[in-house]
Amino acid sequence: MATPVAFRVFESEALWYRRVWRGSVFSSFLNPVLYLLAMGLGLGTLVDANLPEGVEGVSYLTFLAPGLLAATAMQTGAGEGSWKIMAGIKWRKSYHAKLATPIGVRDLVFGLMLWAAFRVLLVSFVFAIVMVAFRVSPLWQSLLAIGPALLVGVAMAAATTSYTVRIKNDVNLAMYFRFVVIPMFLFSGVFFPITQLPEWLQPIAFITPLWHGVQMCRALVVGVEPVIAPWISIAYLTGWIVAGTALALAPFRRRLKP
Amino acid sequence: MTNLIEARGLTKTFGDFTAVDAIDFHVVEGESFGFLGPNGAGKTSTMRMIGAVSPISAGSLTVLGLDPMKDGPQLRSRLGVIPQEENLDLELTVTENLVMYGRYFDMSRSEIRARVDDLLEFSQLTEKRDDKVEALSGGMKRRLTIARGLINDPDLLILDEPTTGLDPQARHILWDRLYRLKQQGVTLLITTHYMDEAEQLCDRLVVMDKAQIVAEGSPSSLIEEHSPREVVELRFAVGVLEEVSEQLDGLAKRTEILADRALLYTDDAEQTIHEINEAGFEHEAVLVRRSSLEDVFLRLTGRSLVE
Repeated sequence: MATPVAFRVFESEALWYRRVWRGSVFSSFLNPVLYLLAMGLGLGTLVDANLPEGVEGVSYLTFLAPGLLAATAMQTGAGEGSWKIMAGIKWRKSYHAKLATPIGVRDLVFGLMLWAAFRVLLVSFVFAIVMVAFRVSPLWQSLLAIGPALLVGVAMAAATTSYTVRIKNDVNLAMYFRFVVIPMFLFSGVFFPITQLPEWLQPIAFITPLWHGVQMCRALVVGVEPVIAPWISIAYLTGWIVAGTALALAPFRRRLKP
Repeated sequence: MTNLIEARGLTKTFGDFTAVDAIDFHVVEGESFGFLGPNGAGKTSTMRMIGAVSPISAGSLTVLGLDPMKDGPQLRSRLGVIPQEENLDLELTVTENLVMYGRYFDMSRSEIRARVDDLLEFSQLTEKRDDKVEALSGGMKRRLTIARGLINDPDLLILDEPTTGLDPQARHILWDRLYRLKQQGVTLLITTHYMDEAEQLCDRLVVMDKAQIVAEGSPSSLIEEHSPREVVELRFAVGVLEEVSEQLDGLAKRTEILADRALLYTDDAEQTIHEINEAGFEHEAVLVRRSSLEDVFLRLTGRSLVE
């Protein structure tokens, strides 16, 4: 039976990753540990001392960890959709090599999204285990939180890809990270509840994919009531995935098959 | 003999720019067919349409009996493409590059393994099989790219500027490999802006200039048709060439004045040199050679190929 064509793209990404995985596995483990140590425990001690009732009823570490899980997934997705895609189109031209074979543009994009999902899954899984080690939540709750994290990660991968294929050079990518990814990371309710934001800023947090992931992860890990119904967030993030992937197809075709 | 490729009025436009302007050609099974022309003549655009990675703008094109616009994946599964720009996976080993590429064609791992040894031997990379591609020389990378293009046992091999950027020795090794493929009956499609390459490798070729085909034939028939048999090259001291250029007219069948020398096309070089000496030109050096495709190109376009 023939291997689905998009899966052949996934397979090639995996073969390549096998060669370069060491650095990324280390950082995907080290990042959450460092953040949870510095922010969760370090800063958390100060926060907890000033808020005996806790942040939304729990310790700062417990508040932070599920948000950070979603944020890590978001950043992984953005990473998969940015420099890597630019390299494949422009620097390495590895996508040109793929498209000279039976692989088509649609297969390529689907395969890349499949791979991004796998990378987000890996990173989220490691994070979930670290959360258990920090006694933030029991294993099964931590593992459940991977679900929303995966949605956020793939939504970001798809959206970022559809941006990357439209830009000419990587200066724009640096701007994208500085003015979109990092602000999203800081102001989507990961480090503090968005009710702390000025009222006019709050609606912006609502439209970021990260906020939806944060509130779902937090609901699953901490057990607090989600701010809006999870099915709305799930539908919203799925919409990002579908729209991002669809919007990437035409510019991919324009650039790789002119 | 069946036609593997048939193009009629084949056209490629990018907005207002016409890269390929209504060209007609056909390629017969088993032949080695060349596109000769300077950079920007439309060779690569033509290759990309044949390789089903660029939609045609007008005209008709059939490759291996298939329509590249409709049967892209099916067609590409039977082609081997060696692009002008290197796009190997540098972090992977030589063998891994071949395996990965074979998987794109959905070949099983055992099928690929069965071919890899032969391909490594053919491309003289057996000893480098477990080396990372990063560490290979330019010539080795190019040979690996050719091996990669052969992994699916293609019916047609497309080579875009196969030796551009290689040193002379690496070029000769590559020509030897391509010549072997030709002898095995593989149909080759080659673009080049090197005359010697076209003369060495092509049974038949078309000369392209400014998006159009300006001549077609075998290298020898093109030379015979468009250029007298011999060329006398005359070099003069700085500044002298401009003065004497008009007086040189009439000494040979045709005269071309280049920046640094004059070319006199003639059927009898000895006689021409005799006449030059009779007329008493103060030249610095004389060289007699056979007419080449370069001269054909100069004749057809008024420009030299490599500028």
